[in-house]
Amino acid sequence: MIEFKNLHKRFGKLTVLDGLDLSIKEGGIFAILGPNGSGKTTLIKCLLGMVIPNTGVISFKNENVLGKFEYRNNLNYLPQIANFPPNLRVIELINMVKNLRPKKSKEQELIELFGLGHFLNKKLGNLSGGTKQKVNIVLTFMFDSELIILDEPTTGLDPIALIHLKDLIQKEKEKGKTILITTHIMSVVDELADEIVFLLDGKIYFKGSIDALKKQTENDNLEHAIANLISKQYA
Amino acid sequence: MLKILKYSFYDLMRSRWSYVYFLFYLLLGFVLLFLNNDVSKAVITLMNIIIVLTPLIGTIFGVMYYYNSTEFTELLLAQPINRNKIFMGQYIGISLSLTLSLVLGLGIPFMAYGLFKSSIIFDFSLLLVVGSFLNFIFVALAYNIALSTENKIKGFGYAILMWLFLAVIYDGIFLISLVFFNEYPLDKFSLIATMLNPIDLSRILILLKLDISALLGYTGAVFRKFFGTNIGMLFSMFVLVFWVILPILRMNFKLKKKDF
Repeated sequence: MIEFKNLHKRFGKLTVLDGLDLSIKEGGIFAILGPNGSGKTTLIKCLLGMVIPNTGVISFKNENVLGKFEYRNNLNYLPQIANFPPNLRVIELINMVKNLRPKKSKEQELIELFGLGHFLNKKLGNLSGGTKQKVNIVLTFMFDSELIILDEPTTGLDPIALIHLKDLIQKEKEKGKTILITTHIMSVVDELADEIVFLLDGKIYFKGSIDALKKQTENDNLEHAIANLISKQYA
Repeated sequence: MLKILKYSFYDLMRSRWSYVYFLFYLLLGFVLLFLNNDVSKAVITLMNIIIVLTPLIGTIFGVMYYYNSTEFTELLLAQPINRNKIFMGQYIGISLSLTLSLVLGLGIPFMAYGLFKSSIIFDFSLLLVVGSFLNFIFVALAYNIALSTENKIKGFGYAILMWLFLAVIYDGIFLISLVFFNEYPLDKFSLIATMLNPIDLSRILILLKLDISALLGYTGAVFRKFFGTNIGMLFSMFVLVFWVILPILRMNFKLKKKDF
């Protein structure tokens, strides 16, 4: 479904992506992992067209995406930090995003799920970080798209919201969606991910199932297995 | 693009600063008119305030809005919209809301004063047109600076320096060079130097219309001699349009390669 071919990206002197090749098939949950600064967010932003790679090809459903924007109608993105215009009300923001994407949406269901009903007429500037993240999640999941990209989705969520979020992700997976997640919370990965993509030094260092990873690193605990991979960078 | 424009506009119209700005002009208009009792003098005082203040406010609002909405812009960038349209929508939204504050803030006191009955209405409307131009020019320049500077503080600093340069320092350098080279013919030099600064250009445009020779100064006189009053005005208006278009073009060019 998604192909990255020979992707290079430099920010000044810093090389973030260094000839990365990755292909992601349709359906399932893919966890993109790696130490801080390994290029997870850059990789995602390249796919979204927010970061423009120096060289390389990215295709989504067999079509080149570089310089285009229509394909984004078929993907939902949850950004890492949720910060919205402080003078807009929650309901206005939701309506605005709906307005930008002429597509069927199911925001009502999600608003109830996350208990945002009381906040709809509040200004976004007055919301707490966790509530903003909930709004962010509603905005991401309200559209029916084939690809869902979540960048650190669990930030600031309370335990109940976290359970709802995990359920939501599972349900989307059952519908045959492709879901990309980056996170540092290993329990989330353990619970949800079908496959792990491990980035190191701007390349794919490991790609496969959780079991394969445990086997390769000879470690039964996922957290330790990942730590084992990362420690190679520190060595 | 219209949708983004609409939301940026509403967002700004609801912010406290738009009201402060509006109330400031409202107060200024009333004070000048009812204390001065002379509309044409009020227009001149207003001109002096507008050509310095609108660029400053446009610059500050432009950089502030850009840096404050970076995360929200990211959200928009992930939607199926062309990125040029996002930024053009924001840009026009800011410029329009500032222009609205200016036009309403000054328009209301002038209307209350019974401006429509006097012929000064044309001078006054030119003042508002020039003020609007300056809004559009300086918001565009501020957006250019913000787009090229990752660091908020640096971007803010550069933008304020840009304003200071065009509003104050430029005239100083200009004046010194006129004194320094006064043995040479300076007509063309001063014509070009004026066109390269939108604030000077606006001042001359208004003074040509007001037709007050005493205030016109050397450059103004050169302008009038070279073009005549009417062509001079048309020409400077034309150059002001260029001052809007060029930064917009650079903005769109910059956006093609920009990472977010």
